[in-house]
Amino acid sequence: MAKVLVNDIEIEIGEDERLNGIEAAQRAGFEVPRFCWHPGLSVAASCRMCLLETGQRDPGTGEISMLPKLVPGCQTPAKDGTVFVTESERVHQARAQVEEALLINHPIDCPICDKAGECSLQDYHFQHGQLQRRADIQPFTSRRRPLGDTVTLFVDRCVMCTRCVRFCREISGTNELMVRDRGSKEEIDVFPGFPLENKMSGNVVDLCPVGALGDKDFLYSQRVWFMKNQPGVCDGCSTGCSIYIDENQDRIYRLRPRENPDVNSWWICDEGRYGFKHVHDERRQTQPIHREDGQDVNVQWSDVGSQLDRELRQADRLAALVSPHLTVEEAYLLIQYLRQIDPDVLLGLGPIPVVGKDEGFPGGFAIHAEKCPNRRGVEEVLKSGQGELLDFSQWLQRLESDLPDAVWISGGYKSDWIDEAQAESILRVPLVIVQDLFPSPLGQLATYRLPGAAFAERAGSYVNVNHHLQGFDWAIRPPVGVLTEGQLYWRLLGRSGLYDATEILAEISRDISYFSAAVPPLPAGGVDLTNNLVAGV
Amino acid sequence: MKSDDPNIHWVEEPKLGLAGRMYAPLFLQGLSTISRHLVSKKVTVSYPEESPQIGNELIYRGVHRLNRDEQGRVKCVACFLCATACPAHCIDIVGVESPWSDREKYPESFTIDELRCIFCGMCEAACPVNAIELTSLYNLTGRSRQEMVFDKEKLLSVYDQTKDKEPMSSSELGGTL
Repeated sequence: MAKVLVNDIEIEIGEDERLNGIEAAQRAGFEVPRFCWHPGLSVAASCRMCLLETGQRDPGTGEISMLPKLVPGCQTPAKDGTVFVTESERVHQARAQVEEALLINHPIDCPICDKAGECSLQDYHFQHGQLQRRADIQPFTSRRRPLGDTVTLFVDRCVMCTRCVRFCREISGTNELMVRDRGSKEEIDVFPGFPLENKMSGNVVDLCPVGALGDKDFLYSQRVWFMKNQPGVCDGCSTGCSIYIDENQDRIYRLRPRENPDVNSWWICDEGRYGFKHVHDERRQTQPIHREDGQDVNVQWSDVGSQLDRELRQADRLAALVSPHLTVEEAYLLIQYLRQIDPDVLLGLGPIPVVGKDEGFPGGFAIHAEKCPNRRGVEEVLKSGQGELLDFSQWLQRLESDLPDAVWISGGYKSDWIDEAQAESILRVPLVIVQDLFPSPLGQLATYRLPGAAFAERAGSYVNVNHHLQGFDWAIRPPVGVLTEGQLYWRLLGRSGLYDATEILAEISRDISYFSAAVPPLPAGGVDLTNNLVAGV
Repeated sequence: MKSDDPNIHWVEEPKLGLAGRMYAPLFLQGLSTISRHLVSKKVTVSYPEESPQIGNELIYRGVHRLNRDEQGRVKCVACFLCATACPAHCIDIVGVESPWSDREKYPESFTIDELRCIFCGMCEAACPVNAIELTSLYNLTGRSRQEMVFDKEKLLSVYDQTKDKEPMSSSELGGTL
């Protein structure tokens, strides 16, 4: 066990850990300011903001000998006996000087800069900068040019940390960005004819410690301090990246990656980043409708529960299609409810949208072709309910060969998921209940057409492709007229009050051995369910 | 806040002196204040027949205006600082990329709900480019609530109406430009 001294506080570092000065200081409770260092990227040691004093303690005598000059904390390894001083007069002075140098050419347009409020340069200026500006130039505007379809570069705001350049080289592996020219003329740029257009390009905006890289989709739309950052899980593919959903008054403005070493490290793909537009789509269904004798009749949510319950109990044999967009808890509740009425309910897994092929990146990040978040979780719930697992076509065949009296369809897909022929065969069932986001050939003619919730409105947990379960709470309230699936099932089961995902997950972890590790409260990064898969065998 | 909170500073009620305990001296003191005001000059006016006098129009806090720059464009850069400072949440801005090359961002829409506004002047203090100012117009009326939500055009027209009488704040008045 290596012992490191940071500002007279002794910390211990594990045998296989490799920490630098910044990380060691963090462990001791000291924040070292930095621009160019990022835990997910290689070390450049170019910004000089993390300069600190270091030295070595003699193991025999305990005497400390310090290095005469300051060193960058990011490239100084913490070994046994290393001493770091991060809060001394010399270190503070060095930080103030670096901050002053960076601000000489930096335009003071914070009021119109989208990064203001979450900008390292701004924060460090208040913490470490000088009160008075000594330079006589006061630049106010920044040159700007697009780097690609997603990102705009504000040239003069850049502090040349090169995080974005290293990201394109090391993580996305596409090498679009480079540093042009030298010295004070240095600029980030793309090679002529090769714009920034990789599938992870949005990450450079999050990486940028200042306002030099702007996300075209988010640019100018909202100031960051108006938004609340709600932790969530991306539903774009079966990777299930941890994200922050930045919302203001129930409107999502952007999605950002949330650090999770077990799933997505620090990144998300552009598809996931911009994959929230359907949440605020005007075509979304917001009115529960009962179709009687070819006529659509609007119904109230307050009546829907008892009406559905009555009609389902009159029906003898039931079938249900459980969507891979439902959370584990919602799928569990739906199956529990339907099995109460008909223990032999025919359960099937909703269609799995597959687009393209699985894609890997040099940095270890993966985008999966399976464009739904919770196939594993729903599969396991279905298996425990029915014993065998039917996919959509198998389920449809069984349905056609032996028509039930009522069928419950859960949707939640972002785009078309069912064609007319499939819809037709399902519509032969006398009572069809569809809860979905958008109108579909099936929904239009169903007996009950119920609006459903989008991912940011749900609460519960998703199991990703690697059997990693992550829990999340709702980030925004659904639009007026929409009841989330969880709340509807909760109501149908006769439970009182509001849908509580943690309560259900506790039940599931007791009931189904696959989920036995998922005992709430879950850690922020989620739990790995494979550990007990092995133990269960 | 609980009663044992360290931030609470407890004070003792002052003890009444002889004059305080005897009712009459304070009673006479009050009577003399009333009679003094009975004979002194009146400060109230019979509004609306008579208009009140405004001391300094430049620092009066009445209806807002949005200033124009030298080229007649709206001066606002859509930084949302007024909306951030506003304690009544009456300012709503939609910022977009500006159509002009020398400006990056401008308000596509800028509305102030004058009924919600408490005329505190914080928006004026927060503005980094002196784009929003409060004028000396105080008698604003409307037939509906909707009419009292002033949009960008209306706020600019207030500027056109008042710009000659009330020039944009200069640094002597605490302006930043």
